[in-house]
Amino acid sequence: MEATFKRSYPNALGYSRSDYLGLPTTLCKGCGHNSIANMIISACYELELQPEKIVKFSGIGCSSKSTAYFLDRSFAFNGLHGRMPSLAEGALFADRTLKGIGISGDGDTANIGLSQFKHLARRNLPMVYIVENNGVYGLTKGQFSATAEKGLKLKRQGENPYLPVDIALEAIAANASFVARSFAGDPKQVKELIKAALSHDGTAILDIISPCVTFNNQDYSLHSYSWGKGHEAPLHEVEFVLPREEITVEDFERGTVREVTMHDGSVIVFKKLEREYDPTNRTEAIRMLEQAIRRNWLITGLIYVDPNAPTIFDMYPLDGEALNRLPAEKLRPDRRALEMINSSFQ
Amino acid sequence: MRINDFSITFSTVNGSGSATANNTLLRAIFKMGIPVSARNIFPSNIQGMPTWYNLRVSAAGYLGHTENCDILVAMNPETVQDDLDKLESNGLLLVNDDIPLKDVPQKINKVLMPVKAILESSGTAQNLSIYLANMVYVGVLACLLEIDLQKIEAALEYHFDHRRNAVEPNLKIVQAAFQWAQQNISHECQFRLKALENQGEKIMIDGNTAGALGSLFGGLQYAAWYPITPATGLAEALNEYIPRLRLDPQTGSSTCVVVQAEDELAAIGMVVGAGWAGLRSMTSTSGPGLCLMAEYLGLAYFAEVPIVVWDVQRVGPSTGLPTHTSQGDLAFTYFISHGDKDMVILLPADVNECFEFGWKALDIAEQLQTPVIVLSDLELGMNIWGAEPFAYPDKKIERGKVLWEKDLENWLKKSGQTWGRYKDADGDGIPYRTVPGNLHEKAPYFTRGTGHDEFAHYSEDNRVWEENLKRLKLKFEQAKKLIPQPEMVKQGKQKIGFISYGSTHMGTSEAVDRLQTKDYPVDYLRIKALPFTREVEEFIQAHETIFVTEANRDGQMKNLLCMNFPKYAERLRSIARCDGLSLSAAWIVEKFKAAIKAKG
Repeated sequence: MEATFKRSYPNALGYSRSDYLGLPTTLCKGCGHNSIANMIISACYELELQPEKIVKFSGIGCSSKSTAYFLDRSFAFNGLHGRMPSLAEGALFADRTLKGIGISGDGDTANIGLSQFKHLARRNLPMVYIVENNGVYGLTKGQFSATAEKGLKLKRQGENPYLPVDIALEAIAANASFVARSFAGDPKQVKELIKAALSHDGTAILDIISPCVTFNNQDYSLHSYSWGKGHEAPLHEVEFVLPREEITVEDFERGTVREVTMHDGSVIVFKKLEREYDPTNRTEAIRMLEQAIRRNWLITGLIYVDPNAPTIFDMYPLDGEALNRLPAEKLRPDRRALEMINSSFQ
Repeated sequence: MRINDFSITFSTVNGSGSATANNTLLRAIFKMGIPVSARNIFPSNIQGMPTWYNLRVSAAGYLGHTENCDILVAMNPETVQDDLDKLESNGLLLVNDDIPLKDVPQKINKVLMPVKAILESSGTAQNLSIYLANMVYVGVLACLLEIDLQKIEAALEYHFDHRRNAVEPNLKIVQAAFQWAQQNISHECQFRLKALENQGEKIMIDGNTAGALGSLFGGLQYAAWYPITPATGLAEALNEYIPRLRLDPQTGSSTCVVVQAEDELAAIGMVVGAGWAGLRSMTSTSGPGLCLMAEYLGLAYFAEVPIVVWDVQRVGPSTGLPTHTSQGDLAFTYFISHGDKDMVILLPADVNECFEFGWKALDIAEQLQTPVIVLSDLELGMNIWGAEPFAYPDKKIERGKVLWEKDLENWLKKSGQTWGRYKDADGDGIPYRTVPGNLHEKAPYFTRGTGHDEFAHYSEDNRVWEENLKRLKLKFEQAKKLIPQPEMVKQGKQKIGFISYGSTHMGTSEAVDRLQTKDYPVDYLRIKALPFTREVEEFIQAHETIFVTEANRDGQMKNLLCMNFPKYAERLRSIARCDGLSLSAAWIVEKFKAAIKAKG
């Protein structure tokens, strides 16, 4: 059911980039999260999405605040700490044509929200789930999160004694159908991965290293700009191609390009770098992540994708119109139905 | 001769098939048109522990719990001596003859049932004997109490959904036991059942199923839940009835979604998400789960998201007594979540109200854009009750102030104002809301649990915060017009009044009737929902002393009444207990008399 009122724009593809903006950020200058917000804006603009058809979700933390800094013309729900996935699992059933974008942080996902995060992945609810991962709690001024590396030193906390949680590995273990890792210092890759994620029919998890310039940007820290720049090891060069665009691969040498066709007909093109990597092979993905941990690599790119995994919507007979548009007469069974119920209990 | 007015306790071991035997008797008596109720007193265990089933027939229609029994059916050697303590001195004892008995009071009529021999004579296979042995007492009781065997067969047909291969082995034992009793019991039984005519078409159902059906007739669209005793049956009934009641006949598409969540933290989150997005949504749980839902309930209140939460109460605190009934969550529910807030609470007293409040709760939640909590309990939820057939909702579905594209456009034109999600445009504290999927460019807004102004913008302004909280209070005032009003059960302008609610109504209404006939005339008001309405205050005002009956330790309803009506606090007295059983009329009368005597 389309709206019948008059729009200020001639057609759905006529939005300018400014139509995707949010409020001015209140995060620290140089925060990785701002760069990611900008890439979400660019990705939505380039994909020509209608802002009103996007629903933003977030939990609690610096990252979760950032849903206010993009897509001001979209609905948003800033929920409870670590419990954004459940909100989305309820809300997105209302209208399955809406696209969900969830923004979380490492504390919100890997500490308090680990359970909901993993259950979201295993249910494969179609939505984008971005973790802005900086290894540290910002709003409470600098405590370790579960993704902080062992041995990390923070001003008031001393040295972190625990091994970290690897969000991408957790996602794959939970049978996620789309798992990517990127680095806020590599905005082009971030943008291409967000575009791919937005076209994925399932939960698309993006673990984006997003340095905290105030509390955790020491050169040796795994979540800092300088470490990321020095250690980023892209699995491939990613390019996202819309269904209607022509793929021009002549530029690439034969055998150096891999393509994955998404559910909506769009294509992700992977250009081979130093090593061969197949992002549709789950075993390979787990092996690669293990190797990255042992060798201290910041591997980035699309780690794993299964474009055809069944989603949570496939588990219900939902073929009709949006649930939240059903008229009252479709929601209340008639008197005869109640008579039958009554007689079945006599 | 006691006709249609006595109680039977069945003492068995759980996992021994006693549920089939007990339900068969219950339904057979129900089919005779005699008012009957039954309580399952069972352990939090799968097999091998003692379990009791208290069945009461009452021609007068009293359904409340009784402390003692008139007939004891003893099938568990471990508990038989303790069970005998609860048998009335002129009662009847039916006992498996392989159970050794020590002292049985003289006046008690004793029937030793040769269970093993009867099973053998009926040709029951040995491997089935352990699960079917309890059918022996069904046959013996059918003979003694004069239950038509056709009624027993009809009850078995119902129980086994007309599967003859299940009905027949059971029926064979009943028949053999019936025959044995006819030939071997010489003394006349002092208890008798007599079928009642013209009782109309009654139904028999548990409160959890009733609540689920009420919700489905209320247009429920989304439920998320996590298994917990005694609430599990509610969500399972949703799953059972959705295919029958809620598939769109044109498309075959389901109009209601049920998700089993990973825990109660997620169940409530899902429901808040769905409610926010315009789906009629609910969750069902019990005390421990409700504890986990506290934080999201606060967010739903503050962000003004309509949701319904069923709490089928069990005994707390902590894991408590998972399989025993209680009204101990009232105060927690009233105050649930931190900060200033108010909760609408519905208090069903029988299965008909479980159905009715099932659909009403969804209307109230959406009209007020706030959480509504329905407090049922194990007593209502997990036991089967005879009742009038469910009445079709007498009001159309109320969706509240929701603006879709055209509505918003019209609203903007008509009001000449800018729409704001939390703007009190009508002066009743209830704002207009849009939901995701509304493609009007003015529709989207940012929902948050942090401070916000009437346009849903982030705000830490202290005046904005306070104004918003005051509006929420004004909004909550509207609840008083929407919730079920209290029922004046007995009004005789007496000096003493009773107040009760929920399943405690059963014992209380009987106690109030008993007191009328024994020179203690009292009035009685039953509260059906919170917040308290004017009628409650007027009732307290009109009585010198008010006794509040409830199944918890501290008299939680009494305390809430004292808090809300402090000037009458001294008039309010508590008759409360928390032993995992419903309050019996006899106990209420006893406590009442002791209190009156103490007062002098």
